[in-house]
Amino acid sequence: MFQKLTFPFFLLQITTPPQKNPPPDFTTGYQYPVTINPPARAELFTRIDMVMLAILMLMTAYFILYRRSRREVRLISLFSLLYFGFYRHGCVCSVGSLQNVAMAIFHNGYALPLSVGVFFILPLLFALFFGRVFCAAVCPLGAAQDLILQKARRVPAWLDETLSVIPYVYLGLGTLFAATGTVFIICEYDPFVAFFRLNGGAMMITFGIIILFLSTFIGRPYCRYLCPYGVLLRWAAAWSKWKVHVAPEKCIQCHLCAESCPFNAMRMPVPEEVRPSRKSTRAVLARVLWLIPLLAILGGITGRLASPLLSHADITVQTADRVWKERHGLVQGETLESQAHRANQIPDDVLYAKAVKIRRTYALYATLFGIWLGLVFGLKLFFITTRRRWDDYDADPAACVACGRCFGYCPSEANGEFAGQGVYIQGNLNKRGQMRN
Amino acid sequence: MAASDSKKTRREFIADGIRTGGLIIASGAIGALAASSHAEDTVWQIDPYKCTNCGLCATSCVLDQSAVKCMHAFAMCGYCNLCSGMLRPERVGNTIEAENVQCPTFAIQRSYVENPYFQYVIDENLCIGCAKCSKGCDAFGNGSLFMQIRHDRCLNCNQCSIAEVCPAQAIVRVPASKPYLLKSKIKQDG
Repeated sequence: MFQKLTFPFFLLQITTPPQKNPPPDFTTGYQYPVTINPPARAELFTRIDMVMLAILMLMTAYFILYRRSRREVRLISLFSLLYFGFYRHGCVCSVGSLQNVAMAIFHNGYALPLSVGVFFILPLLFALFFGRVFCAAVCPLGAAQDLILQKARRVPAWLDETLSVIPYVYLGLGTLFAATGTVFIICEYDPFVAFFRLNGGAMMITFGIIILFLSTFIGRPYCRYLCPYGVLLRWAAAWSKWKVHVAPEKCIQCHLCAESCPFNAMRMPVPEEVRPSRKSTRAVLARVLWLIPLLAILGGITGRLASPLLSHADITVQTADRVWKERHGLVQGETLESQAHRANQIPDDVLYAKAVKIRRTYALYATLFGIWLGLVFGLKLFFITTRRRWDDYDADPAACVACGRCFGYCPSEANGEFAGQGVYIQGNLNKRGQMRN
Repeated sequence: MAASDSKKTRREFIADGIRTGGLIIASGAIGALAASSHAEDTVWQIDPYKCTNCGLCATSCVLDQSAVKCMHAFAMCGYCNLCSGMLRPERVGNTIEAENVQCPTFAIQRSYVENPYFQYVIDENLCIGCAKCSKGCDAFGNGSLFMQIRHDRCLNCNQCSIAEVCPAQAIVRVPASKPYLLKSKIKQDG
């Protein structure tokens, strides 16, 4: 049958492009087959997700702050890991949602979906009142690391302080690329998502294995040294109304709670004799303070200078660059991008104009990113030199992920007289962490 | 806030202010999103008029077998006897032997309609989204074969890993209520 071709359709198509093979007029009453297009599953599931998020955070807050019990929180972690992680494949998560928010604010033509907005706002709101209960058990990334933690080794202070700057840089970079509508790098380099989907590129699986391996003996390495959303949660949790406290009025300074915390989130009392004097602190402060604006300005200039480089992450800029080079004979051959540009018959000038516009956007946002970096480094120096000194052991609300490990270690609490009493949740501790009547 | 409360320190007063402000901003933002008609969930889809059938969809998806499949706009198809979406230009004869067909998995099924017309149906279970057929159809036919993200398969990653590499930037966010960008009319030239 195939050999009996009667009409050279093939040639006809080439010679008369606008009238390429119109649909024929059938004479036998032929009906087009029906194509079924499965609807997007997003709508229903995202609603369930939002409710789940709120319920799980409330439960965690109840078990950690009121019942002071870790057992249930472990179960919630496991559930979050299975549901948000393996069942929902880790999308959308609060960590990634910050990019959607940045894009909705800075980039034209993207409206923030309600579900993504809720995933961004709700954990922050909860952090303002209950501390980082989202990190404790609801975030699948945190849950994955927390559940496989065996024996935490202490990270040396100098390393801990240095690495803890990375999330701020990552937050800035993630926001920069999202605000310009380039790419969501935080999602692209999510080390866990390959496991949630049981699928992924070799590089991402390797990265994931490294992070998970580290998680067995370093408490939550992603949360502490990478997670950009953790930065925002820190800011919110620092002002939280109800937070994790170690039994303060019966503190016998046994150091067990600090030993129990795998995340280095316990503030330790500093003896009076080793505290720096007010005068020497002030001298150091004077040296550091003028550094902050200087670093910010330097960062801004560097960001501006680096903006052409950063803008190369954008595919339009890449394509324009390539097409220009091809046109001027600077490179040989074509890339898929330049082929696609020609295939879509877009004039080169239109592409160049688009790229120039994106570069201008980058010039602005890269400058802001540079200023941000300068401020981060400056303020980090500032806080290292002017650290507040504490009288008693207590959890640092910004760093504490409300896992509840320390509760079981406190000898004052071991007799169980506080459990279920809700004594610590009423905000009735004064600024020294002692009980008010 | 009770500033007169003698037990309240300045720090606590500021904290109360921040929390109240945060609560107002958060509920305002969520309320505004809930009321907005634009705040609909989005899904990824291929704009078939930008797609250049490069074939990266087959290998760039996070799924083992890509969520992208070929679709057929039957109302647009020419029902050609000699389908350039099905048969390779460099074929030997016009038989549907393996060396002659575009599709590596033989997902295009051909059936006789009436002289001289043939119907072509894509078997989605076999299709791997390589875009060889749609490229052939675009080159010599009228482009009635085109690539779409199938939402029974798509995981709707926040950053679509195909969109990252798409050379034509053809993968866009679309409202979840209208998750397909179908070719219904013949492509306008220019």
